[in-house]
Parts: sequence; structure tokens; C-alpha cells
Amino acid sequence: MKLSVEIPNGATAGLAEIPDLPVVDFRKAVIGAVNEGARISALFGRPSPGGPVKLYAVLALKETGMLMLTSTSVEAGYPALTPDCGQAHLFEREIAEQCGILPEGHPWLKPVRFPPSSAAAKNVFGQASGNGKCGITDFFKMAGEEVHEVAVGPVHAGIIEPGHFRFQCHGETVYHLEISLGYQHRGVERALAGGPDKRTIHYMETLAGDTTVGHADAYCRIVESLSKCSVPARAQVIRGIAQELERIANHIGDLGALAGDIGFLPTMSYCGRIRGDVLNMTASLCGNRFSRGLIRPGGTGFDMDSACVDELLRKVDSVSADVESAVNLLWITPSVLARFEGTGQVDAETCRQIGLVGVAARACGEPVDVRQDFPYGIFRFSHIPVSTSNTGDVFARAFVRWLEIQRSFDFIRDQLMSLPDGPVLETVGRLSPLRMAVSLREGWRGELCHVAITDENGRFSGYKVVDPSFHNWFGLACALRNQQISDFPLCNKSFNLSYCGYDL
Amino acid sequence: MINVLKARLVQGHRTMKYPDGPAPELPGKFAGWPEIDCSKCAGNCGKACTEICPTDAIEPAASGRTGVSIDLGKCLFCLACRDACPAGAISFGRKYQLAAAKREDLVTGSGDDANRVALCEKARKLFGRSLKLRQVSAGGCNACEADTNVLNTVAWDLGRFGIQFVASPRHADGLLITGPVSENMRDALLKTYEAVPSPKIVIAVGACAISGGPYIGHPETCNGAGSLLPVDLFIPGCPPHPLTILDGLLKFIGRL
Repeated sequence: MKLSVEIPNGATAGLAEIPDLPVVDFRKAVIGAVNEGARISALFGRPSPGGPVKLYAVLALKETGMLMLTSTSVEAGYPALTPDCGQAHLFEREIAEQCGILPEGHPWLKPVRFPPSSAAAKNVFGQASGNGKCGITDFFKMAGEEVHEVAVGPVHAGIIEPGHFRFQCHGETVYHLEISLGYQHRGVERALAGGPDKRTIHYMETLAGDTTVGHADAYCRIVESLSKCSVPARAQVIRGIAQELERIANHIGDLGALAGDIGFLPTMSYCGRIRGDVLNMTASLCGNRFSRGLIRPGGTGFDMDSACVDELLRKVDSVSADVESAVNLLWITPSVLARFEGTGQVDAETCRQIGLVGVAARACGEPVDVRQDFPYGIFRFSHIPVSTSNTGDVFARAFVRWLEIQRSFDFIRDQLMSLPDGPVLETVGRLSPLRMAVSLREGWRGELCHVAITDENGRFSGYKVVDPSFHNWFGLACALRNQQISDFPLCNKSFNLSYCGYDL
Repeated sequence: MINVLKARLVQGHRTMKYPDGPAPELPGKFAGWPEIDCSKCAGNCGKACTEICPTDAIEPAASGRTGVSIDLGKCLFCLACRDACPAGAISFGRKYQLAAAKREDLVTGSGDDANRVALCEKARKLFGRSLKLRQVSAGGCNACEADTNVLNTVAWDLGRFGIQFVASPRHADGLLITGPVSENMRDALLKTYEAVPSPKIVIAVGACAISGGPYIGHPETCNGAGSLLPVDLFIPGCPPHPLTILDGLLKFIGRL
């Protein structure tokens, strides 16, 4: 019996081709693949009216560069994967919340986003948790005379998104951190069903506002592969440039904020300003600093004229020189290194077990990068070396960002000098019915996974988004173990995860 | 230490001269206040613009008038209407001054520019030289937050106008709200508002906070801050350019 079907990144499979395994074989297939080095990119349920819930798994096979799809059907519950496969833990909590089925034996089953109306989920979580109010749930508790609990959020002290953090401390030392989100939940996945329609691209652009290019590009590939639309070469290059500009802007902002969190003001001040310069480079492409309107199904919404190319090339030179002078201060200042090194460590084994992605994984020495492992768009032809470090601490996460900034600038310079001619937008036709499309992208935080399922009319019957933050928030919790609570802001910033991308 | 000083020399002084000097340059493709040429709009095109608008921001003008009007409180500045109009009647200009004190003044063709952002004299006396704000992010995409935060960088240096973001609502004169206000943030927002001592103001930044933006009509959100709190200043955009936000804030406190 066939256990799964494999497709390349950005391809589609007929729904009938995806094996519908008995639960026991589904577990075996997923857990077996993960034990052999695969990573769960998506694991989700789709309820069918009156019928069983269909569970789909998308596994990324780095060795072969293929994506493995498999599925099963479950009624009220099924034996959870989590006890045998840690990567599944949050996915299974999400399945319980969205579909109202019970992953039996899940070690820590509780709500993920607290959607305002989830009667089904209430039954699964029981009365103790999930009474409908966001954040009202059970938290892991430590007991003892000198143990104390610190609760932070949802409203934080700075200009940042809302989330709730619960620390179990003994003196200054954090023994456990639990992160409870859902405050940014605005019902995007629910609203995507029945699309694509005139709002779809705007949902994609605002899944995580700082990852507009990443998410919009992932979505566009879904539509393009389902409609067999081929994107012009010039548009592919512009998308690549925009994606790397997005990465650079955010990485520079993060390095500045890391410097700020340890009170090293020079780099903080310079990077804050330079990040704005990079956002302005993006704005020179499309008029908007967050790439709104740039990525469109079939290509790009804007073209670049030669003046724009020249201007960008000039900016690449001046901005990269500014960043170099600002960021290199970090690596030669002992007080900075003393705070960065050894803080918030995640070891490589934990990284693999919980399935970290992106900068956080590469900082643990795991060379995972969708651009390299599952290349797409311009990255099939033009490779950016994967940047890794191996200490898994704040320093490593900062240093990987710095390496990536330099390599992305080199990439953009190369691409601007060899921009192909031609149109930038192709017409997109109707979507093929009854298929599943999967699209991975390397957003600046890490792997973005979009999965679309079409109905018999070629409309989305379901659309799943997995932001890198969904994988990585638990990594932050692990990084905080045995750290001083005063190091939380620094650790948090070194991950800089998205709340809205997680809450959807 | 010597390296820090050397870098300081390289980086130089980069705080902008605005508002005493020229405003920072806007991108060439910037989309600001929309201009609608009603003489070109025949109204018999099958309403291409109203059909295509993702947030229903564009509507036929009030009875007795020709053309259409755009509600900037809902507009995402996506240019879909401009591209859809067969007569080319819609264009988005370079005017970045978009803020208004009254919700209805965000609709094109209404209000006059001089009074779009007017704070009463008493409030100006109270907040004109020192405005402390508590930012509440409630269900958006974090882009409005990012471009609000930019105002705190050395390039914009918001502090020089006496405007500061503070950590506690108890220290604040008002709230600056972003996002459509998700149901899950409703309580937290109301509690934060309650914790701000009176007299207090509310500023809504971005299409989401003004109307719900791309999430208009979602049962998971409250369609913006206005449905829960009295809003004193609306700053439209998706997200608004930092210059648009700064212009709104400075006019609000009477510095422009």
C-alpha cells in the first residue's frame, strides 16, 4: 500500500492521489518520516459536514527536496502523535481547537488561539480551560516556598503586539516559560475559504505585516500552480529582490533592537535609521514601505524602470556600507559579546526535536533554508549560501542575521545588474478543481508553508497557513530555561517572532 | 571606545529638519490622497471601481452629485479602483496629509483641509507641549506598529515634539490604537483605556483601527477602535507612511 505521495515545492497533487490511510498507518508514516529526518511543515484537519475530520500532513524531506503528503480520516478522536513526535504538539492542539476532535494522550492539550466561537473546541478542552476568554486556561505551575510566578501581557510596555507570558521562577532563575497567544486572532483562515476573491491577496499581505513579500509570494505560487500560470522571468527576479530587501530590513531592525536591549545605543540608533532606509528602497519598487501591491498572482504589480534600478544599486552600496559600520561595532565590543554569548541557548538536538525553522534553527547549526532545500522562483537559478552558526545562543542568532544581510545585499546587487527584459505580469486562469497545492518560502523568520485545497469548482475549500512563528515560539520557551528573567527581552528579541502570523 | 567614536563620525547626524525644513522625500510611486475627476466618471461603466474594492471603500457620490467618493478610513491604497476605471477618473496623488479628527472627514470631497485636524483649545493647552501615549496593538498585522515605532528612531526623533510612548497607561494622556480590535483584545483594550487618567484622547492609526481594514465584517473583530471608544484622531493608510502619522500628530497638538 502506498503511504504517501511526494511533490516538489510549489506543485499540486490531485486529492484522490493522496492516500487516505488508517490512523495507525498515518501515525507510522509521519513518525517514521520524522525519525528519518523529515520535518512537519503542516499538519491540519479539515472538517467535512456530518462526516469524519480529514487530517493532512505535509512533511519536508530535505534530503530529496520533496514534500510528502499523506492523510487519514478520524471521527471523534485518535491517538495523538505528540508523545512520539514533539514537532506535532502545537499542530495537534490546533486540530483539537479547529475541528473539535481529541488527540488522545496529548501531554498538554489546551487552546491555541481562543477563537471567540468554538463550541466544538470547548468540548475537547473541557470546562477547566477554553471557557471562551482569551488567555483563560491552565498554566504549568511549580510549587514551593520561594517559587513565584510572573505574568506579563497581553498589553506590553513597548509598541509591540499583544501576547501573554507566564514565568515560573525561583529567585531570578526561570524554570519554565509558557506562552499563551491568540490576542491577534482575526479569523483569516476562516475567511480564506471560498476564495480566491478580491480580498484574498490583502489577507496574504497582512498575515504578518513584516512578511508581506514572503506570504504574498507563497500564496501567489499556490494560485499560479493551480492555474498553470508561468510567471515571467523579470517578475521572478523582482520578487526575489523584494524578498531579500524584506529580510535585510527586518534583520537590521532586529540587530538594532538587540543592541538596544543591552543598552548599547550606537548600534541601536544607527540600525533603527538604516532599517528605514531599506524600507524606503522597497518603497521605491512599489510606493509602499511594506511591499503592499508588489506581489500579485501572475507576477508583480509594478515594474522597475532603469532609473529605479540605478537608484537601487546606488542605495545598495551606501546602505550596506552604513550597516557594516553600525553592526561591526557589536562584534568588537566586549560588553556586547558578554551579554550575547551563552544567553538563551537552544541545543541542536532540541532544535530538531521541536522542529525549529529559519534563523533560530540555523543558529543551532541546522542548515535549513527553503531557498536552498526546496528552491523556488529565482532561487532555482541563483543561490544564496546558507548562513549558520553553532552556539544556539543570542550571539548565534544575531550573527546569522548579519551573515544573511551581507549575502542578501550581494544577491540583490547581482540581480539588479542582470535584470531580464520582458513583461512582469501574466494573466491567471481558473484554478484546477479537487487538488492540493503546497508552497514553501523562506520568509525572513523562516519557513512559510501555505497549503490550499480546491473544491469541485476550483475554489478554496480550505487554506492553511503556517508561519515560522508557529514552529518557533516554543523554541523561545526552551531558550529561557535556567536563564535569568531579566534576560527575557534579549532572548525574545533574538527570536523576534510574529504574534499575528501565529494568531491568524 | 575609539571604534565607537569612529563609527559615530561615519554615521553623522541624520535627524531630519522637518517640520522646520523640507519633509523627507516620498517614494516616486507613493499613493496619497486620491483625486477623483468627476467629469470623467460617467457612472455607466458597471461600477468597475466599486465592484473591485476589497473593503467597499469606494461608493457612488451622494445623490445629486456625479462620480464616486472614497472613504480613506477603509481604503487600503491598493490602487485596484484606479486600474479598474475605464475612464481613468481616479488617481492617487502625492499628498501625504491624510489625518482627520472627524470620521466623516476621511471621505473624499468632504471637509476642508485647514480644519481636518483640529483639537479644542483646552486640549491643546493640556497636551500641546507634552503628549504621552500608550500604544495598544489589537489584532492587526504589525505594520502600523512598525511605522509608528519608526518615529522613535533618530531620523524622526518624535521626542523633540514632546510626544512620547510610555510603558504604563497610568502615565499616559491617551491611547494610540492599531488593528481592528480583535474580540480577544476587546477586554484588554477597554481596561487599558480605563487605566488612563482623564482627560484622555484616542488616536486610531491605520485602516484596521479606523474601520476594520481588510477584516471589515469579521465576527472575530470589532471593526476598529471607534466601535468601542471615542476616537479623537484618525490616521488612515495601510499602513500609513511615518510622515502621514507624524503630520497627523503634529497638527493634533498644534505644532503644524
